Amino acid sequence: MAETKEMRRTPLHGRHLSARARMVEFADHELPAHYSGVMDEHAAVRERVGVFDVSHMGEIALEGKGAPEAADLLVSNRLASLENGRACYTGVLTEQGTFVDDVIAYRINDERVLLCVNAVNREKVLAHVKANAPGSIEVRDESDDWAQVAVQGPGAVALVDNLASETTLTSLKRFRFTETKVAGATAMVARTGYTGEDGFELFCSSDDATSLWDAITEVGAIPCGLGARDTLRLEAGLALYGNDIDEEHSPLEAGMGWTVKLDKGDFIGRDALVRQKEGGVARRLVGFELIARGVPRNGMAILDESGRTVGKVTSGTMSPTLKKPIGMAYVPSSLSEPGTPIRVDIRGRPAEAKVVAMPFYKR
Amino acid sequence: MANIPEDLRYSEEHEWLRPAGDQVTIGITDHAQNQMGDIVFIELPEVGDEITRGEAFGTVESTKAVSELFAPISGRIVEINDTLVDAPEAINEDPYGDGWMVRIEPTDLSDLDEMMTSEAYQELVESED
Repeated sequence: MAETKEMRRTPLHGRHLSARARMVEFADHELPAHYSGVMDEHAAVRERVGVFDVSHMGEIALEGKGAPEAADLLVSNRLASLENGRACYTGVLTEQGTFVDDVIAYRINDERVLLCVNAVNREKVLAHVKANAPGSIEVRDESDDWAQVAVQGPGAVALVDNLASETTLTSLKRFRFTETKVAGATAMVARTGYTGEDGFELFCSSDDATSLWDAITEVGAIPCGLGARDTLRLEAGLALYGNDIDEEHSPLEAGMGWTVKLDKGDFIGRDALVRQKEGGVARRLVGFELIARGVPRNGMAILDESGRTVGKVTSGTMSPTLKKPIGMAYVPSSLSEPGTPIRVDIRGRPAEAKVVAMPFYKR
Repeated sequence: MANIPEDLRYSEEHEWLRPAGDQVTIGITDHAQNQMGDIVFIELPEVGDEITRGEAFGTVESTKAVSELFAPISGRIVEINDTLVDAPEAINEDPYGDGWMVRIEPTDLSDLDEMMTSEAYQELVESED
């Protein structure tokens, strides 16, 4: 028998079991891999509406006078000049300029910022923020208080808007959020997502999670698991922490220069990024398509045309929407231009591939 | 509940075998496809290839995982299901019909007698649940 470890469960655990989801372990949580099947769920999000339980994500709050300015010392993007009610995608970096985590930072008001962090990094980010935030700022792990549900797909905005009687959510712009009642539950509704489709991510009290989930699924959103979440985000060219970005790679290498505001003043990792920018980035995260048959997978070697190992696949799948094998990989900058021929070592077979621009799929 | 037809034989690697004359058709079971999830890719041997009992003769990949296909008995490939190359989802939809994988001429037809009956396979599946 394998050693059993205490798994965390989300407030929606019972709903997943009664829907007969295939449960898997992910970041110390027991979560649905799929309900009906990855392909069906993937298609539901691309064509209609899907709903994901993402309550495993962590929420870390910075509170106190000047919370946005304090957060700016800890992230590469800029919160100080954002209006309240806006959010940004950003790296939280090491002194070496590599990813402690990638997060969405919500500027609630002048005295409160909420970081939505990857479940796998919750404790690590909490310790990092506590160690580096000014003493006047209170840092709190609110992860257990929040449930989070993502409603995604071409029909998602209308679906959630119909459940929100007090507010018109259709006019909420990308990366903006507002607090309102959805199906009777108080929720922070953000126009964000991780699928490449339009939609919302809803933060609500853990106590309200099941009633909100039921209201959303009753009007036709299809429950979707981690499997579809992974194929959707990969088609959309969105990085996954632990696969495509980690403490070995910087946002400049990962093609996320747009999240790095070197001119905003000091932040952890800035000096290293300035040096990296001056010296040039040696390797880059690129998208690729397999020309040969097969499916690229995380960890497979990237070969150049002479057969030499020059990089590594970080994510790969058979794209359900495009019906072709796609992936992301780190390659030397000299091989990072779209169109460049590369090979993927698929269990000893050098399979022909080429670098392509990301995203693979755009709505 | 997994579908386990009574008229087939089964391997411990969750393949089914259907004898007809001196040939045997092979695929993976309903239980196996259900465990794997949506199948997106398959690699099969070529007609004329010899396959050896216990050795890999192909791969099946689902959205998440790669599984090798192990030959339940030895023999020579006489036909492969080409349609699976473009439509591997047939393995999920109809594992005992359109999802068949290869047809072989067994080196020794009596090897089939060592394969599990549907009752024995049912017990194996239940013991794994």
